[in-house]
Order: sequence, then C-alpha cells, then structure tokens
Amino acid sequence: MHFGPHLLLAALEGLVTSAVLALTALGLSLVFGVMRVVNVAHGEFFMLGAVLAWAISTAISGHPALGFLAALVIAPLIVGAIALVAERLVLRRLNYNPEATIVATIGMLYIIQQLALTFYGPEARPVEPPFSYRILLPWFGYSGYKLSIIAASALLLIVTWLVLTRTRIGLIMRATQYDSETAQAFGIPVDRVYGGVFALGAMLAAIAAVLIVPISQAHYLMGQDPLLLSFIVVIIGGLGSLRGTVVAAVLIGLSDGIISMFFSPTLAKIIATLLVAMVLVFRPQGLFGTASR
Amino acid sequence: MADKNGFFDLSKTTLTRRTALKGLAAGAGLAVAPGFVRYSQAQSSAPIKIGFQSHRTGIGAAYGRWYEKTTAAAVKAINAAGGINGRQVEVIIEDDGTDPGRGAEVVGKFATQHKTDIVFGTLFSHVVIGSAPAAGENKMPYFVVSEGHHVASTKLNRYVFQPGITDVKSQIQSMAPWIAANAGKKVTQIFPDFAFGYDHRDYLPPALKAQGAEVIAQIAIPPTESSFTKYFPQIPPETEVIYHVMVGPAVLTFVKELGEFYGSNRPQLFGFMDSLEATDINSPGLEFLDGSHFWEGSPRYAQADDSAAQKAYRAAVGIDDNGAAVGDPKDVSTASHMFGCWETLYVVKKAMEDAGYKGPEDRAKLVEATEALTAFAEGPEHPQGPKTFNGKIHQCFGIQNISKVEGGKLKVVHKTKIEDGLYEAEGDYTKQAL
Repeated sequence: MHFGPHLLLAALEGLVTSAVLALTALGLSLVFGVMRVVNVAHGEFFMLGAVLAWAISTAISGHPALGFLAALVIAPLIVGAIALVAERLVLRRLNYNPEATIVATIGMLYIIQQLALTFYGPEARPVEPPFSYRILLPWFGYSGYKLSIIAASALLLIVTWLVLTRTRIGLIMRATQYDSETAQAFGIPVDRVYGGVFALGAMLAAIAAVLIVPISQAHYLMGQDPLLLSFIVVIIGGLGSLRGTVVAAVLIGLSDGIISMFFSPTLAKIIATLLVAMVLVFRPQGLFGTASR
Repeated sequence: MADKNGFFDLSKTTLTRRTALKGLAAGAGLAVAPGFVRYSQAQSSAPIKIGFQSHRTGIGAAYGRWYEKTTAAAVKAINAAGGINGRQVEVIIEDDGTDPGRGAEVVGKFATQHKTDIVFGTLFSHVVIGSAPAAGENKMPYFVVSEGHHVASTKLNRYVFQPGITDVKSQIQSMAPWIAANAGKKVTQIFPDFAFGYDHRDYLPPALKAQGAEVIAQIAIPPTESSFTKYFPQIPPETEVIYHVMVGPAVLTFVKELGEFYGSNRPQLFGFMDSLEATDINSPGLEFLDGSHFWEGSPRYAQADDSAAQKAYRAAVGIDDNGAAVGDPKDVSTASHMFGCWETLYVVKKAMEDAGYKGPEDRAKLVEATEALTAFAEGPEHPQGPKTFNGKIHQCFGIQNISKVEGGKLKVVHKTKIEDGLYEAEGDYTKQAL
C-alpha cells in the first residue's frame, strides 16, 4: 500500500482510539479533579458498560439499531447507579482519604471483574452495530460505524464541556473542584456533588464502552487497557483538566495508530509510557494542569 | 496525605481471645470439611485423582470451559464403565488464569497439596512451556492437550505427553499440499505473537516450499490485541492466500475487520479454526468468510459420514449438529480441540492399566507404559479418528480436516492421512532419566 492511503488508514484508526479514549479518560479526570480520588476501578465501569450493552441489545429483538440505542441510554444509567452505590457504601465511609480510596477502588476492580466473570462468563460476546455500512475507498474498505464513533464522541465531549462551563451544575462542580471547603461554606452540598461526579465519571466510561463494543466485543477483562491508557492520558494532559485530557487523548490515540501501523504496536506503547515519564519529570502537573495549591 | 483514620496502621490490630478462638474454630471446620476425608484403605478404593490445569479465566477461558465439559463427559463415561483399574476417577480443577507463572504454581499445588496422580488438560502453549519444568521437578506425569509442537520438539522433559491431539508441525505438513494446490502459491501468514504462533511461523514456510509455494509475508500480532485493522496494510497486494490463525477473546473482531478491509474483493482465506473457536460463524460481519477454508481438528458441524463413535461422543459432551451446546445455540463449542481431552483421558486409562498403576509411587511406570503405546484405533475412545503414537517424542499423529464455509456451515472437503503428517523425530525423551 502506498504511503498516502496507509497514513490515512493509520490516522482513521488513531482517531477512533482517541475518541473512545477521550471519553473514558475524561471520566477518570473528572473524578480525580473534583474528588481527588484515583479511581482504579474506572476500567471496570467501562467493562460493565460493554457487558450491559450486550445484555440489553440481546434482550431487545428487532432491528439492531433499536437494541443499540436502548443500550446507549440504559447501560450508562445502570453503571452510574452502581457507581453511586459504590461511592455511598465505600468511598464516603473512607472520607475520600486518598490512600484508602486507592486500595478500596482496587478492591472494587476485582469485585466487579469477578462478578462479571461469574454472571456473564469468560466469553467475548459480540454486539451488532446499529448499521453496517462499509465505506469503499479506492485502496481499502473502512467501517462507516467506526467513523460515526468519532462523531458521537466529539458530540458528547462538547456536551460535557457545555455542562461544565455553562450550567449551574457545572458551576457547582467547578466550585467543589476549586476549593471544597469554601464551597461547602457557601452552601454547596459537597457530599452530594461527590456522589454525582463519581456516577458521571463511570457513566462516561460506560458510554465509551457502548460505542466501542460493536467493533470489539464485550469481555470481562476488557477494562484493563482503557484503564492504563486513561491514566497515561490523564497524566499527560493534567489531572482534572478537561482540555488537557482531550488533547492528550488525541495525541496518544493518533500516535498509537500511526506508530503501530508504520512500526510496531509495542513501540507505540513504549513511546506513550516514555512520554508519561518525561511529563512526570519535567512537568508533573501535566501539559494543561495547574500546579497544586 | 496523613493516614487520619489509621487504615494502614498495623499496630492497631491486636490478637484478642475472641479472634483467636474464631480462627481455631475455622481451622477445625476446615479439617472436617468433605475434601479432608481420609481413605482408610488408601489405594484399593480411593479414587484416581487427576489434576486438571484449566484455563478458567484469562484469554483461554472459552476453551477452558469446553475442556471442562468434555473432560467431565469422558470421566463420567470411564467411571460408568468401572473406572481405571477398578477405581473411580476424580477430577480436581485448578484455574491457571491462562498464565505461565500461575500454571507452574498450579502444577506444584497438584503435586504437593492435592497429591494428584497426574496433571492434565492444558491448552495454551505458553502455559505448557511454563509449567513443564514444574512437572519434571515434581516427577509428575503431565498430559497436555495443546496442539503446539513443544512436546514433540523434545525440548520439554520426560514427564510431558501429548497423546490426544496432533501437533502443529504435523498439521501444517499434512495440509500444505492441499493449500498449494487449491488455494494459491503466494501466502501471507497472520499469527499470534507467542509460542503457538511461532510453530506456524517456523513450520509453514518449509512445508509450502516443498510444494512449490512460498510465504511472502509474516505478520505477528500480540495475543491480547483488540484491534487489527492497523496490521492489514502489511499484507502485500500480490498475496493469493491469507493464512490466519488467531487466538483469544478478540478473534471475532479480527475476522470482522479483515472483512471490512477487503470486502468481497479478497484473497483466498485459509484459517486455523483457532481463529473462530467458540464463535458462531454466522455472526454478523462474517458473511465474507463464505467460500473460505479452515483447518478443523474434529469437525464442528455434524457431517453426513460421521461414525457411530463420533455421534456418541457428540451426544455425551452435549453438542448439537451445529457444534453448539444442546439447548443453547449461542454457546458454540471449541470442537476442533476439545476432543483431545476425551481421547487423552482414554490414553491415560490404557497406560495406567498397562502399568498396573496403584498410586503416585508408580508414576515412573506410568511414564514408561505411555511411551510403550504405538497406536490408537478409531472408536468410542478415539472418536476423532485413528492415531499413531511415537513414544520417543511423546506425540500422537492423526488425520486433519479441511473444511469449507458453505451456507453458514462448515463442510469437510478434505481429510489428510496420518502418513502425510509424519516427520523425523528431533530427539528422544526415553533417553532421559526418570
């Protein structure tokens, strides 16, 4: 294949990765930014989203788009509810202590994973895409559904940004992030904001998973890669920075697509990890993060 | 970051009389639990214990589940017919997480804790290679159902056997003439980047060359990869045949993305069924596989000329004519590999009877009795077909099936002969000390 089409394919693949990664990492970043909780179980909420998408889309007969749309709405809601319960039962009781919540979320990771293994099973199960249109380029074919993931993700990112910057809820969240004690003094129910943010973070991961599952199948171990990549993105972009997260996701996604296509996937991972190390050494707050107060 | 609530302050935990008593009670409870029962007349009536190293979790989990089903069916049949040397067979399952490190631990656990008579049932080649040294150290006969060439390469040790499934080198050698004659001469290989894939990488090129065909590109993909489109530009445009063998949970994605990339304008496809084990070939997005060919160890779909033994085996394991679980058409089996569990257990039975096996002290005798075996006739104990066994390299050789995807089913179009897959032994395990 010639260089031009080859690069185009690499960029398309990279953008799909970026789109999903941006949503997942945004959830992780939001939870850390507002709550100062490093949610190690984030990838499992991603996995739950995919597994629920399978369950919902198989329960609904008829055109595959119906099942998929139902999954896109219901799966994130269920995952959000589970996250909310986990937050109330576990994180709140630990007073959001940074060390204890890391250990607690590691525990949640294993509990969720094993429950998925017990009730869903070890198989990778497919979810039918809402439409299967194959875009025929002169050099290769490409899945139209994959392109729609990029569009859907961009749309969701804009909506999240609008909510955070233009609405009262966003203002409350930003106030809590900026200084939770002062926010509380001004009558903001910080406790409830924490619950809401944790659920929202999990829902973003679940939405990303529902979008990706028609091209990559639901499997109980699928949360590991997104967790690792999300951490990489969040560290590079700056914990708690929405803009940084999106920029870093596009950067990591595109470089992963291009490097792994022209060289090797292992090299792409090596470079991403090296980038994390460099950022941690030279700019610990991340590219767009603000230094801790 | 102060540890305000003392979550990590170990000094706070003191041993009170109450917790000490609780611990004692729990220990006593364990001692009287069913697993702890001692057999008074140990060897005469105690069951023969087979340690099953199962891929219950990890990337091999779909195989693990079907290996367990097949093993349970075979053990049920063996026990119903009187067991081995008049003793019932008991299977003890430990999960190895499809991980070589865990695999070695599991073998150690079988040897020292469960004190099983043998260890059996491993599929993934990196787990076999990782576990084999532990089997050797514990002098524990280790019967794998792995398909890899590692046993026959004689690079493992005298305690490792593969008597139930043909190894990859032999499979490739016996099918290469068909590929060169019917599919095409310029072949691109796609294989998983670990031991099992390397068998394909190493043995296909010489086998094809002998038939006047050649491998023009080799693409290795990490076994945990979840997206594959990025690898496809490496396939040279002059490729006539794509030879694919993939494993793990993302196999369906692999085949689907291959379809999206090529559409109907594709090269010929020749795949190992591993690329689609436990996956319905009628899944959406797989239509483009129509007309392509697959290697099958034992056919997934019931064939018109199935033997009575094959029919009985399918019924015993509980798979329907489409190779899915009876009652659940979506639960597709790993038919190409799992027959090996059934056949291996019957080989163990035969060898234990030949050796007059009584208990772990006879393990060396069992090894020698297994090495003395030469052939297994087709029948209820070997439903996949007849096999020969080479005791020097601990490997069996059987027939292979090449199947064509036609109308949403796999139809066997060619069966190889045992002689097609025989090769020079690369060593001799029997010269190693026991």
